[in-house]
Amino acid sequence: MLEIRNLHASVGEVEILKGIDLQVKPGEVHAIMGPNGSGKSTLAYVLAGKPGYVVTAGEVTFLGKDLLPMKPEDRARAGLFLSFQHPLEIPGVRLDQFLRAGINGIRKSRGLEELDVLKFDRHLVKKVQLLEMDQGLVRRSVNEGFSGGERKRNEVLQMAVLEPTLAILDEPDSGLDIDAVQEAAKGINQQRGPENATILITHYQRILNYVVPDVVHVLINGRIVRSGGKELALEVEAQGYEELQEAEATLRSSG
Amino acid sequence: MTLSTLVAEEQEVLEHYLRAFGALERNGAARDGSWVAALRRSAMARFSRLGFPTARRGNEEWKYTDIRPIARRPFQLPLPPGSPAVGAAELAAFALGPTGGSRLVFVDGRYQEQLSSRPSLPGVSVLSLAEALTSGADTVQEHLGRYADCDTHAFTALNTAFLHDGAFVHIPQGTTLDKPVHLLFLSTAHAQDTATHPRVLIVAGEGARATVVETYGGPSGADYFTNAVAEVVVGPGADLTYYKEQRQGERAFHVTTTQVVVGREATFSSFNLDLGGALARNNLNVAMDDERGACALRGLYLMGGAQHVDNQVIIEHARPYTTSRELYKGVLNGRSRAVFHGSIIVHKGARKVDAEQVDKNLLLSDEAEADTKPAFWIYCDDVKCRHGAACGQMDENALFYLRSRGLTEPAARRLLTRAFVSELVEGIASETLRDRVDGLVEARLSSWLGDDEAVG
Repeated sequence: MLEIRNLHASVGEVEILKGIDLQVKPGEVHAIMGPNGSGKSTLAYVLAGKPGYVVTAGEVTFLGKDLLPMKPEDRARAGLFLSFQHPLEIPGVRLDQFLRAGINGIRKSRGLEELDVLKFDRHLVKKVQLLEMDQGLVRRSVNEGFSGGERKRNEVLQMAVLEPTLAILDEPDSGLDIDAVQEAAKGINQQRGPENATILITHYQRILNYVVPDVVHVLINGRIVRSGGKELALEVEAQGYEELQEAEATLRSSG
Repeated sequence: MTLSTLVAEEQEVLEHYLRAFGALERNGAARDGSWVAALRRSAMARFSRLGFPTARRGNEEWKYTDIRPIARRPFQLPLPPGSPAVGAAELAAFALGPTGGSRLVFVDGRYQEQLSSRPSLPGVSVLSLAEALTSGADTVQEHLGRYADCDTHAFTALNTAFLHDGAFVHIPQGTTLDKPVHLLFLSTAHAQDTATHPRVLIVAGEGARATVVETYGGPSGADYFTNAVAEVVVGPGADLTYYKEQRQGERAFHVTTTQVVVGREATFSSFNLDLGGALARNNLNVAMDDERGACALRGLYLMGGAQHVDNQVIIEHARPYTTSRELYKGVLNGRSRAVFHGSIIVHKGARKVDAEQVDKNLLLSDEAEADTKPAFWIYCDDVKCRHGAACGQMDENALFYLRSRGLTEPAARRLLTRAFVSELVEGIASETLRDRVDGLVEARLSSWLGDDEAVG
């Protein structure tokens, strides 16, 4: 589904990603762990097409198509979704209003009939109920006055509504207490299926108890230094990133 | 051109206005009372001494707006329009729809009875000013020319010198008007560049409630100049809502002066929409003349191309416990320019005044420019005054957020721009007017940002 080969990317003059290789197949959950500043969010932004994140080398194919020349909206229409680490507050834009525009953009690009207000509302209400969220939320401005936890749940709701093929979740657990982490995990698991895949970016192992990954990668200083099964997450948690960082530094100086 | 020929040109225009004034007087068009003739004569004398405020050095009021294009052109008074004065389609484009309220239509400054409708409202006067002057209503004589200042304001003096027609709206004590009064001023294209000087007098008696809508429109291909003055008296405990829409043609010059007096425990709410014109200047002066009066002044301007809009708002808190709220927002495209100059004056002894002023601009292009100039003169300690101003481009992160959900860039831009102005549109109490403003805003944003996909 997603194939990343030797991906290098810079923000301004600074190279952040220094050669990433990653393959994600349908039905899989990949966890990407790493310390702050290792390039986790940059990878997410590069995949979603954020302006200002410049790919200097490498290639990415998504469902057989070259992802990198695509505009952010075309990536969304192709089935890619990014859950933001810090979801924005957008005063004056109602959640239901903009999600309907989003879903209809996606449907139109696939030759599907657009949803009118009634049909969209039904779809939205179903997802809100599934996630046990407050119905009033969708009529409010996007994230305006929301707590950190509410914003994260709102991202999960948007994912549920848009039903992406590949969801990239950038720290959906940061800043959440354990109950909220479990709730977020429940929402993420509901989205899983044999046809779609998830990349879950996290600093901590905790959420991986609830969203069990097929593959765990450790990203340090713009490179994936280790990949393994779900037990790798526990190992990272036990020994911390420091040791892995040192190993990576040694690798670099020798290589 | 040398400086002296330029000054000579301005001098010539002044003389042109003097000649036009003399011709009007000789025509004996003034059948109205001698007090009006005296008012006009003294205004003309004043205007000829003041001249147009073209000197910008040291002239804070006109610092950012160059009115030489007006000052150097001998605009003619238009001849009476033909019949019908405007077509049904033109009228429909500006009409308020079937509100069932009163409508006065003016074409090139003159009242058009056959285009107007005036349902009978007991005790309420909705008249053309020419009619009101002829019939000699006492209320007109009591108020006309009393508030708008000819002594220092050249445009007000010029309007008063050519004061001839316009609207007179009087809502007597204790009366509530459910339906809005619509005053529609349309200009038409002429062989020569023309100027009109509409005059409006609105008097809301004690405890009266009403909504008055003023619309200005005209052809896009013509150079014309509208110089309007409105005097608005909000009596004790009265509640007046005043919407002004400027939808002039793209080559029009538009100057308006609105002088408001707010009485004890009275409320004045205004909404000023600017969409048209090459150069538009709105002077809004509100005198909070008695205790516990309140005003809420809102404005929205959407400018593109080389359009220029200048809103000058002066609020004078003369008495204690008066409050004012100002919220103006602008969206600027192309090479357009907006000026917001908001002054708040709190007089000595005006305790517990509470004033807030906010002006925000969203720049859609690198070449657009906004200048915000707040000024506070506070001569009393026990007051609350706040102001905020912001000017910036669209938030790129918000844009990316929406695009990452499948919205195209133009759709995302339009949605964010609409969100920026939504606070003002949603704040319009009347559903008819809210829908109308929403439609006008949406049409303008679609013309700028495309309408490839419906949003919302």
